[in-house]
Amino acid sequence: MSGEIIGAVPPLEAGPPKMNIGVVGWIRMNLFNTWYNSILTVLSLSLIYYTVTSLLNWGVRLARFTGVKPEDCQGIDGACWPVISDNWAFFMVGTYPYELRWRPLMALLVVVALIMLAVWPRIRRMRLYQLAWLVSPIVIFIIIKGSDTFGLSQVDTRHWGGVMLTVILSVVGIVFAFPIGLMLALGRRSRMPVINILCVGYIEMIRGVPLITVLFMSSIMLPLFFPEGFNLDKVLRAQIGIIMFAAAYQAEVVRGGLQGVDRGQEEAAMALGLSYWQSMVLIVLPQALKIVIPTMVSSAISLLKDTSLVVIIGLFDLLGIANLVLANPIWLGKMFETYVFVAAIYWVMCFSMSRYARRLEIRFSAGDR
Amino acid sequence: MKIRICIIAAVFALVAVGSGQALAASPTLDSIKSRGALKCGITTALAGFAFADKRGVWRGFDVDFCRALAAALGVKVKFIPTNAKERFPALQSGEVDVLFRNTTWTLSRDTRLGFDFAGVNYYDGQGFMVRKDSGIKSAKDLDGATVCVNAGTTTELNLGDYFRSNGMKYKAVVYETGTEVRQAYEAGRCDVHTTDASGLAAQRSAMKVPGDHIILPEIISKEPLGPAVRHGDNEWGDIVRWVLNAIIIAEEKGLTQGNVSRMAISTKDPEVQRLLGKTGSVGDDLGLDPDWALKAIRKIGNYGEVFERNIGKKTPLALARGLNQLWSKGGILYAPPVR
Amino acid sequence: MTELTQEQGKVQLISWRNPAVRSVVYQIVSVVLVGFAAYTIFQNTVANLTKRGIASGFSFLNIESGFAISEVMPVPMLEPGFVSFISSIFLGLIAAFVLHKWVTRKGKTVGGDYRLVLLTIFFIFVVPAITYLLTNHIFVTETYSEASSYGLGLVTGVFNTIKMSILGCILATIIGFFVGIARLSSNWLVAKLAETYVEIIRNIPVLLQIFFWYFAVIRTLPMVRESINFFDVFIINNRGIYLPDPTPLPGFHPFLIALFVACVGVYFRLRHVKAVQDLTGRQLPVLFPSIAILIVFPGLVWMGLGAPVELSYPKLTGFNFTGGLNPSPEYAAMLMGLSIYHGSQIAEIVRSGIQAVSTGQKEAARALGLRGGFVMRLVVIPQAMRVIIPPLTSQYLGVTKNSSLGVAIGFPELVSVGGTILNQSGQAIEIIGITMAVYLAASLMISVFMNWYNEKMKLVER
Repeated sequence: MSGEIIGAVPPLEAGPPKMNIGVVGWIRMNLFNTWYNSILTVLSLSLIYYTVTSLLNWGVRLARFTGVKPEDCQGIDGACWPVISDNWAFFMVGTYPYELRWRPLMALLVVVALIMLAVWPRIRRMRLYQLAWLVSPIVIFIIIKGSDTFGLSQVDTRHWGGVMLTVILSVVGIVFAFPIGLMLALGRRSRMPVINILCVGYIEMIRGVPLITVLFMSSIMLPLFFPEGFNLDKVLRAQIGIIMFAAAYQAEVVRGGLQGVDRGQEEAAMALGLSYWQSMVLIVLPQALKIVIPTMVSSAISLLKDTSLVVIIGLFDLLGIANLVLANPIWLGKMFETYVFVAAIYWVMCFSMSRYARRLEIRFSAGDR
Repeated sequence: MKIRICIIAAVFALVAVGSGQALAASPTLDSIKSRGALKCGITTALAGFAFADKRGVWRGFDVDFCRALAAALGVKVKFIPTNAKERFPALQSGEVDVLFRNTTWTLSRDTRLGFDFAGVNYYDGQGFMVRKDSGIKSAKDLDGATVCVNAGTTTELNLGDYFRSNGMKYKAVVYETGTEVRQAYEAGRCDVHTTDASGLAAQRSAMKVPGDHIILPEIISKEPLGPAVRHGDNEWGDIVRWVLNAIIIAEEKGLTQGNVSRMAISTKDPEVQRLLGKTGSVGDDLGLDPDWALKAIRKIGNYGEVFERNIGKKTPLALARGLNQLWSKGGILYAPPVR
Repeated sequence: MTELTQEQGKVQLISWRNPAVRSVVYQIVSVVLVGFAAYTIFQNTVANLTKRGIASGFSFLNIESGFAISEVMPVPMLEPGFVSFISSIFLGLIAAFVLHKWVTRKGKTVGGDYRLVLLTIFFIFVVPAITYLLTNHIFVTETYSEASSYGLGLVTGVFNTIKMSILGCILATIIGFFVGIARLSSNWLVAKLAETYVEIIRNIPVLLQIFFWYFAVIRTLPMVRESINFFDVFIINNRGIYLPDPTPLPGFHPFLIALFVACVGVYFRLRHVKAVQDLTGRQLPVLFPSIAILIVFPGLVWMGLGAPVELSYPKLTGFNFTGGLNPSPEYAAMLMGLSIYHGSQIAEIVRSGIQAVSTGQKEAARALGLRGGFVMRLVVIPQAMRVIIPPLTSQYLGVTKNSSLGVAIGFPELVSVGGTILNQSGQAIEIIGITMAVYLAASLMISVFMNWYNEKMKLVER
């Protein structure tokens, strides 16, 4: 960038001016390099100081951590954390029957165990392990819902709630929305006008309306679409709405990936005599999906956040449980604690996923070089 | 896309096959029997009327009537909590078999919404609650007030009528559930909380300091609250109506949860004999077992017992019987005869 | 099936291997299946509705509603004269456009000749104004009350949605640009602060944030009698914020017109300046003359009319503060939730947009001798905007769609009012249908506008 003449470069031993290296130098360079940056630095520092100290005072110094009764919180200015500890199980699994709470815990253990096993590449490549992943959703469903054949008493979905319901709605939503979205994306690229119009119509209609109207449709209108006596569970109806909604967005994500694959690839596949489906499954989709995996993780994050809307149609997901706890007169006025706690759970889930997406992005772009 | 369509088609094919069954006398009763459970729509949370206790067991006035109905049918009961917005679609779509959910019997609900009301289990009227320190003594002083009200209820409409007809101004703030209305009122978002007088008593009992709030003397509307069923299945409507009547007649005749089994054997009163299935065929006529009323009364007792247990003088709600006293004791509770 | 036989006549090779045949079969099958599904749903719904005697159709829109909506505004109801008014605006615009084209072809600019300016103003403003006066009134405003119809209730809901979305978009954009630029600040601390803000806010559901602002912040503000009161001018309590409300007095309209004329004048002058620069390379002063036109002319009119605005202050009367401007707590909570959440998303868009402009561009601009501010304004921002606009569009759509969350805290927007009507009239299908149609129309309008804008920005590139 510099246009200096070689001969003008100062001898190396002189080094840069003292104040530009080391901690002090860094601070000067980055925080106080101009007069307005100095002002901004001072302002930012005071903002940070104010926020951090008041949060610490409220959340730690003046807060009450022990005790399970609301009376334990009388006369303190800080946070009342017993509202969380007392309702812990509530936040996690909702109104799931007290004596059956080991079942969601076991389901969690199954998932954690499977994830832990993935650490060893040898196990990861084993057929049995991959099969276990495929079977796990059914096992988890049976554990949580219960099944008479396995001697587990049925737990009505009305008792599903908290983190458990939030995770179920988002995971099932994304898993089922993906194949539908894939089909919609292929349909949207199709040269057959009818299929094209149907898919574009569906995608654009769903993307043009708010999720809450889709949820209203699935929870209020859906029952009227079926003959009398055909009843869908309330949670299932919400889940259908979420899948319908997510599928349209997944379709757009996949379409982005398909556009990223050169048309020549498909044409080459056709020239080799592969059928449409063969060329898609063997040539185009593997490349397209690889491109969009990070985007897909982001859309999974959005979906996780969006599931909080089921609270409006009366389900008790994590956010719904927060409101339920706050409706209890003995925990009146503990809004900050409850919402901060719930926000922290959502944040941990979403932030870790977004970091993961970023890592994937870097890894894939490294592979493409 | 095509796979999706195939799945949809398969689902519809199944549905079409499933819907081809012949219709029996009461499709609702048939499906309850085959399911083994009555699906009873109740409110999400209203102290005294329907609320889940610490162990998640539903309790309350409306809940008891659900239990009585299930007992008369000889099936289990499944409670489906609904908010004001969900309740009508839930009944229309068959998600619930009956709605015991302080729902006011009105003409438009009877006609436009496609329901039938099987009677009245609580005669109520709309009232106002204000903070004691506001110094308000009458509803006529409420000009300019902010009022918290439940969305989509008759109270929301009566509120408008009352203020309009009295030439007063007000600002309505509406929420989806009664709990939200209570929280908003308690936090000072509104000056006035309005709903049915019984509901106000229930809400007040759930507040931090119930004594800080008073219910104004004016009752501005008629709110006959009763069980609603879908229009068109008259046999099912009859069953709900007569289980409700049986509970009322039980009080008239002095049948209680404790003595009804004994009375069923020893009674000399011909009407009680018919009611409890000792003589006659009223059970058959309704499509139920002969001892349907006996089972219902054994489950929850008579109307007076249900009232006192859930919302009466000794409960936090402390409601007086008022209109809900038997006709013979100055109220308007009046059940047609069993004959 | 008859279509298939027709196909057979035309296509020589009728075989599953023929892609054309396959394509036709696929399409027919999908149409039949979708049609069958739609027909079954329709049949079932109609059967369900008639069997249970549920009312259907749109006649309920004319029924008196009987319930109150907490936030109402005068809603324009169109009158027959509206059509002629709109057409006169169009005609005026077309005439001005033709004039402009004609003048440009002659190598002059409209701004260069005051007669042409006057003529343009005549076409654009005077023609519609005359039509307006002749047709007497083009719309009447109606304000919703309990005595109004369900239909007017829905329209009021739509207007509340619009009111929410527009201000939400503006605030989110301001926050987003501010934070997005801060993320790229050379000041490490500022950049980190902005990053922290973005990473915290965008990973928490917006509904939770709205609940937080509504229940945890605004609900816990003091009650009416203990309001926080700044000299009786600004008042804050848990029923909202009270501000002085500027009420226009009779002379207000002339002032508005003066302000408008000043803006038009500045616009034409700017065009003139640019044209002069393009033709001769001479740079005329811009900033100070513009400010002078904008302030002096309306200012003189303002003083001449004797300051035709009166501020009405909130006063505690009876239960509430009355008078003054009072955004409700529900509105405030929605606005805070939406603008802060979408602000964080827009910040990321802005950041990546600016980063997408290659450093070579900036270096080249500096090499040409442009100073810091000009590098940003003339080189970086125009290129960044092309990257920013498309995702920004979807954020604006997002704000509009998320305004439907008002239903959760009782803000009377479309979904919320629709829900109440659904419950009072029992006509779920019609209400949900109307709601979806309105949002679809809004989405289409926003994306059409943004596509147009996008195209325009693209054309700048050669």
